[in-house]
Amino acid sequence: MSLPSVAPAVSKVASQVASLTASPCAAAIVLFARLVTAVRGLWVGVEPVARQRVYYANHCSHGDVVLLWTVLPPRSRRVTRPVAGADYWMATPLRRFIGRRVFRALLIERGSTSIGSTPVGSTSVPAGKAAVERMAAALDDGDSLILFPEGTRNTGDSPLLPFRSGLHHLAQARPGVEFVPVWIAHLNRVLPRGEMVPVPLLCTVSFGPALPIEAGESGPAFLDRAHAALLALAREEQR
Amino acid sequence: MNAPPELFAVLGGAFALLVVATTIGQWLSRRRPVGHESPVIDNLNARINAWWAMVLLLGLACLAGDTAVILLFALCSFAALRECLTLTRTSRHDHRALTVAFFVVLPAQYLLIGQGWYGLYSIFIPVYAFLLLPILAALRGSTERFLVRVAETQWALMMAVFCLSHVPALLTLSIPGHETGGVLLIVWLVVTVQLSDVFQYVVGKLAGRHPIAPSLSPSKTREGTVGGIALAVSTGTALHGITPFSVTEAAALALVVTLMGFLGGLVLSAVKRDRGIKDWGHLIAGHGGVVDRLDSVLFAAPVFFHLVRYLHGVP
Repeated sequence: MSLPSVAPAVSKVASQVASLTASPCAAAIVLFARLVTAVRGLWVGVEPVARQRVYYANHCSHGDVVLLWTVLPPRSRRVTRPVAGADYWMATPLRRFIGRRVFRALLIERGSTSIGSTPVGSTSVPAGKAAVERMAAALDDGDSLILFPEGTRNTGDSPLLPFRSGLHHLAQARPGVEFVPVWIAHLNRVLPRGEMVPVPLLCTVSFGPALPIEAGESGPAFLDRAHAALLALAREEQR
Repeated sequence: MNAPPELFAVLGGAFALLVVATTIGQWLSRRRPVGHESPVIDNLNARINAWWAMVLLLGLACLAGDTAVILLFALCSFAALRECLTLTRTSRHDHRALTVAFFVVLPAQYLLIGQGWYGLYSIFIPVYAFLLLPILAALRGSTERFLVRVAETQWALMMAVFCLSHVPALLTLSIPGHETGGVLLIVWLVVTVQLSDVFQYVVGKLAGRHPIAPSLSPSKTREGTVGGIALAVSTGTALHGITPFSVTEAAALALVVTLMGFLGGLVLSAVKRDRGIKDWGHLIAGHGGVVDRLDSVLFAAPVFFHLVRYLHGVP
């Protein structure tokens, strides 16, 4: 917050107002998502219970976080934090408010992490490590996470881009947490990249079985398995 | 608001029927042994519960006046269009066209009906939307599967908006000696067509043996269809008093709308089979989507509207 330092009281009031408005905003966002997409959660492989999880999902639209969050049970919503790019969520005051106050997003500097939107080749290892450490710390606090391991929005014809390595590093760091694949269907048609007005279409969010973590598994092998599990879920949704 | 007294009588009848249905449903549910699953009975009770909500909603809208009825059907069109377009294979190049379909064409159609502008609302979608939407799609420059994309979008608009809007369009007909009765025409149409669906379902479940269209809709039977339509035509005929129709006219029109409704159900079943889905959506528990519930009304409404206008309307 870049509020004048001469007015700490103002800052405090603003912060309190923001906290108070966060909850009605969350309700409004959920209502809007339901009005436009009539979104349904399909709990195919796991139960909708408030257990600590890392939900990893396909990423086609900025609305992905909103839809996934909408279909979570309200109790889980409060403890589930999306991991998202700081460049997008800090860009305007409204996004800052929604990202930080409503979703409590774990904001990560992009272009410097293995989760962010730059290709793997340009990943700076120390920054990527720092990002995984912050995610692990959030898990240690008891929160669940929403992760988009493709690292960027998929706007091409391929159903799912290759995964970045951050998912594997996190799984290695916290092997006790459930890693749940989540397939978000049709949202790319509701709001394609570059469009402002959403087209109302029915969306579903499918939750697959938790991915068992195998001891000593290599990064590529784990990422392949996670990738395949998410694609299998997509095929199931289409049937 | 000056609701015709017949409206209360019909609503009273509908609630009486629902009380009977609920009693039977609950009795069937209690009768089965503990732990014995019966998806048919559960689905029956879900359907009955949804009927309570739908009858209440339509009843309240009718009591509240023409604007409320038009608004209710505009919302139904919105939900139905959303279900139809979800099934289409549009691409991101259709985004502009789809936005216009939802946020311009749909409201415009219902505004025109609110205005009673017959000359425009009866051709607005088949002429102007039909020409405008492919123009918008073409201007985006993508030719991939162009004909499929354009045709599917247009078909969705025709079904979900154009056809359904002919139900509230009945309010705009001026029929001598039946000045306050537009809403009763809606009630007569909806009651006849929907009761036909209900009777077909009930008779089919009780006495259905021979499938009537196994490749389209395996659950529909000859016994159910004939019995259901016969019962619905009798009801429609008995209700002729709330309409400007003679007894013969009421019987003939009831036969036309129930047959159109039955055939509409088959057509929309064919679409579902083609796209490999069981239901259009999940908005109405026990029934599926809005299109699942309204499929028969979609096909019956425009034909009914034009027949009534031809027989009794004053231009």
